[in-house]
Amino acid sequence: MNSPLRLEKRTSASTTVNLMIPTISVILALAIGALFLLGAGHNPVQAYSAMFNGGFGSVYGLTETIVKGIPLMLCALGISLAFRMHLWNIGAEGQLYMGTFGATWVALSFPDSPAIFVLPAMVLMGMLCGGIWAMLPAVPRAYLGVNEIITTLMLNYVAILWVDYLVMGPWKDPDGFNFPLTAQFSDAATLPTFGDTRIHAGLLFAIAIAIIIYFAMKRTRWGYEVRVIGRSQSAAKYAGMNIPKNIIIILVLSGAVSGLAGMAEVSGLMGRLQQGFSPGYGYTGIIIAWLAKLHPGAIIIVSILFGGLQAGGFSLQSSGVPAAMVSMLQGTILFFVLGGEILTRYRIVLNFRSKDTGGKSTWKQAS
Amino acid sequence: METSILIALMATAITAGTAILFASLGEIFTERVGILNLGAEGMMLVGAVTGFMVAFKTGNPWLGAAASMMAGGAMAAIHAILTVTFQANHVVSGLALTIFGTGLSGYLGKSYIGQPLPNPFKPEKLGVLGDIPVIGPILFQQDALVYLSFILVPLAWFYIFHTKMGLNLRSVGENPGAADSLGVSVSKTRYLYTIIGGMLAGLGGAYLSLAYAPSWMENMTAGRGWIAVALVIFATWNPLYALVGAYMFGGIDALGFRMQIIDLQIPSYFLSMLPYICTILILIITTYRARKSGIGAPKALGVSYDREDR
Repeated sequence: MNSPLRLEKRTSASTTVNLMIPTISVILALAIGALFLLGAGHNPVQAYSAMFNGGFGSVYGLTETIVKGIPLMLCALGISLAFRMHLWNIGAEGQLYMGTFGATWVALSFPDSPAIFVLPAMVLMGMLCGGIWAMLPAVPRAYLGVNEIITTLMLNYVAILWVDYLVMGPWKDPDGFNFPLTAQFSDAATLPTFGDTRIHAGLLFAIAIAIIIYFAMKRTRWGYEVRVIGRSQSAAKYAGMNIPKNIIIILVLSGAVSGLAGMAEVSGLMGRLQQGFSPGYGYTGIIIAWLAKLHPGAIIIVSILFGGLQAGGFSLQSSGVPAAMVSMLQGTILFFVLGGEILTRYRIVLNFRSKDTGGKSTWKQAS
Repeated sequence: METSILIALMATAITAGTAILFASLGEIFTERVGILNLGAEGMMLVGAVTGFMVAFKTGNPWLGAAASMMAGGAMAAIHAILTVTFQANHVVSGLALTIFGTGLSGYLGKSYIGQPLPNPFKPEKLGVLGDIPVIGPILFQQDALVYLSFILVPLAWFYIFHTKMGLNLRSVGENPGAADSLGVSVSKTRYLYTIIGGMLAGLGGAYLSLAYAPSWMENMTAGRGWIAVALVIFATWNPLYALVGAYMFGGIDALGFRMQIIDLQIPSYFLSMLPYICTILILIITTYRARKSGIGAPKALGVSYDREDR
C-alpha cells in the first residue's frame, strides 16, 4: 500500500513487453556473464567479441551458427509440441540420441542402397526411434499420471549410455584407431549440403516441421483439442476429448521430431555416429521453446541466435574461457526471462501520494 | 565369505546413497512448502565444486561442506526469488537452475578436474558401536557426513511432523491461503525452506566431491539430483522413507559396481543404466500405489501464491 511501486494485473498481454523481455534478458545475462569473466581474470570485452565474431562475424561463422541451429530448431519444435499440453518432455536429448541410433542402423545395414531408398528410411527410423523413446514415458503418464519430467529425463541417460555402448562395442569402426565412432556412412546415406557450406538439408526439415506445426495447431480440430487440453483438462474431459490418447500422440510426435533432429545431425553433419556429439541440444531446446513462447516461427529465429551462442562458444574456448560459460549464459538468460514474465501479467504502477489533496494519483506506465 | 560380501555391499550402499539422501531431504523441505525445485542436480553440482574448491584450498573438509551449503542455498535463493516473488513457472525455473548450475560448476571447476583431495572425509569407527557384529561395519564404520545424515533424518522427520514450525511449513504447502489467514507468512516460509532445501542439496553434492569420490569431475552427480527428486515421491514426502529409498539406490549403484568387478560378461554400459531404469520403474509403482491409497503431493505443490487471488 505504502510502497511507491505497485503491481496491477493486466487484462491482456502486450506485444511490446513480449519482445522487450527476451531482449533485455539477453543483455542482463551477458552483463552477469561479464562479472563471472572478470572474476576469473578474463577480459569480458575480448571474450564477447571473440564469441560474436565466432558466431556472426564472418560468412563461415554465420553458416556454422545455422549448422548449430538446426538440431536446436528441431529439438525445440518437438519440445514445444509437448509443452503446449503442459507435458514437460525434457527427454529431447535422449530422443535425439535414439534418432541417431535409428538412422545409423539403417545407414550401416544398407551400405549399398541408393539415396532414394536409404535417406527416407533413415528419416523414418530416426523418427520412429525418437517417438518410441518418448512413448515409454508417455504411456505411464497417460494412464497412471506418472511424472513425465523424471521419466523422460532418466531415459536421456539410458539413451546416451546405449549409444556409448554401440560406438565403443558392436558398431565401432574397425579402421577407426579405437576412437568411439562408427564407420563413415555411404554418400547415399548423407544428406545434401548447400554449396560449400556445412549447412545441410536438415534446415529444410526444420522449416517444414515448423510450418506443419503452425497450421496443425491453428487450423485443425486436433490442434484445437491440444489447446483445450493444455488449458484445462477438466474442460476437455467434459467436452468428451480422449485425454490419454492425446497425451500419447503428442509425446510420441514430440519425440519423433527430436529423433529427426538426430537423423539430420548424423546424416547431414557428422556422416557417422560418434560418442558425445551433442553439447546438450535437447536441453537448450527447452530454453528456446520457452523463450519463443512455443511459436514455431519464433523457435526458428531464437534457435539461430542460440546456434550463434554455441558456435561462438567454440571460439571462446580458444581464448581460454571454458565452454561451460555457454550453458551458464543460457541458464541466466532463462532466469531473466522467467523473472520478466511477471510483466506480461502485471503492469508496474507508480503510487504517488500528494500531500496537498491527500488524494492518490497513479501513473500507469503503458508499456 | 558370503556374509562378508553382503556386509561390504550394504556398507557401500549407505555410502553411495548418502549424497542422494541429503538432496532428497532438502527437496522434501522444499516441496512441503509447495515449491517444486527441479534444480537439485544443478545445486548439487555447484555444491560439489565449491565444497571441493574450499576444502582443497584450506585443507579442511568441514569448511568445504559449509561452503557447499552456502552455495546450494544461494542457488536455491534464485529459485525462490523467481517462483515466490516473481511467480514464475516452477518447472522451467528449476530446469534453468540445473542448466545454469551445470555451466557454473564446469566453469568454476575447470582447473580442479582430476586433482585428488588431500584431506577428504574418511571412514572412522564410531567407538564400541563400530565393533558390534554385522551392524557395526555397516552403520558405524562410515565417515562423519554419513553420521550427520543419521542424525539429520529423524530430526527432519520430528521437525516436520511434530513441531509447531513443522505444522506451519506443511500448511503453507497444503493450503497457503488458510496459512496466510492464520498469520503465517507464505512467502517468508517458502523462501526459508527453499533455501534450506538448497543447502542440503549442496551438501549432498559435496558428499560426492569430499567423501565419495573424493575429487571433482564435470557432471559428477550423473543424475543423482533427479533421482533425489524422484525419491521424494517414493518417500511420500517423509524423511524416514527417503532414507530407505536412498540406500536402496545406493545398493543398486554398489551392485552395478560389484558386478563390473566380478565381470559377468555384461557390458558396463548396461550396468550403469540400472539406477535410471530402476528410478523409472519405482516411480511407476509408487504412483500406481499412491493412486490407490490416496497419498499425494502437498496440495499447493508447484503453484505460486498470489494474495490477490485468495
